[in-house]
Amino acid sequence: MSKKVTISVSEKRCKQCGICSALCPRQVFTQEVGQVPVVAHLDQCIACRLCEMRCPDFAIDVEVE
Amino acid sequence: MASYKDYMLFDKLPHTWCAGCGDGIVLQSIAAVFAEMGLDKHDIALVSGIGCFGRVDDYLDINCMHVTHGRALPAATGIALANPNLNVIVTMGDGDSVTIGGNHLIHCARRNINLTAIVANNYNYGQTGGQYSGTTPTGSITTTSPYGHIEKNFDICKLVEAAGATYVARATVYNPVQMRKLIRGGIEHKGFAIIECMVPCPTHYGRYNKQGEAANMMKLMNEQSVPAEKAKNMSPEELEGKIITGLIVKKERDDYYTEYKRIIDAQNIDK
Repeated sequence: MSKKVTISVSEKRCKQCGICSALCPRQVFTQEVGQVPVVAHLDQCIACRLCEMRCPDFAIDVEVE
Repeated sequence: MASYKDYMLFDKLPHTWCAGCGDGIVLQSIAAVFAEMGLDKHDIALVSGIGCFGRVDDYLDINCMHVTHGRALPAATGIALANPNLNVIVTMGDGDSVTIGGNHLIHCARRNINLTAIVANNYNYGQTGGQYSGTTPTGSITTTSPYGHIEKNFDICKLVEAAGATYVARATVYNPVQMRKLIRGGIEHKGFAIIECMVPCPTHYGRYNKQGEAANMMKLMNEQSVPAEKAKNMSPEELEGKIITGLIVKKERDDYYTEYKRIIDAQNIDK
């Protein structure tokens, strides 16, 4: 990874629907039922921003430097 | 560069939609298209009807109007004719657009009013408890059809295409990039544009029809998707149960305001 990526998940807005963790093409997130997703494998992230675009609750922010 | 956040009211969040509801994804796409096009907030007028997706106006920081059930298009027609320089956006659900307001939809398409209709199709009336609507697929279980729905469902894109719409497109929330592209095309198009967005309703439709949670419903949607170019060479039997995505119709025809203006100018009526 040459680019520096930061992913932040807002616990206040997240409704734990599981879309981001299930549909991430590189399995960056891990999530337990009833928990907010955790960014566990940031090194695998390709900064496609699909999690941000597919989050129905505006809870994910992806910043690429 | 402007981001979608500039067009939204973040202090109103979290929104009222259920966990996993795709309406939020469509809302983000709409706001992102505004940011991408760099539209002035005063040049946009958004009209929404009643229903789950009718609530988008609560979260957008632009000029919005919330009208009665199924009557979003007549209100938008008035705005589009009174001020033709506005970008008029109409957000409706499937119940609002084709079931209760079906008549307005076909006539808006026939007249070719210069507006962009964004229809979120979740196959049922989500806000009132999951009753069947005009787009509920045959055989589905809903609260009002517990033994399977017996009616044939509407294909919104075919309906408006037959009525004379000049821009018809369909996208699923699985593919938000394509959805943004199509919404942008619709706003830039002069004339009646409609973008049907397929959204999952995990609370009602997904639960009764055993489609699993939101992510599963979105995966299923992606498996059912067929690009419009590919669908042209497929038989109706092969297309059974499929979702045709992409730009379906795009043609040029003078919109209602242009025709009306021509009459006024030809008659030399004093303004």
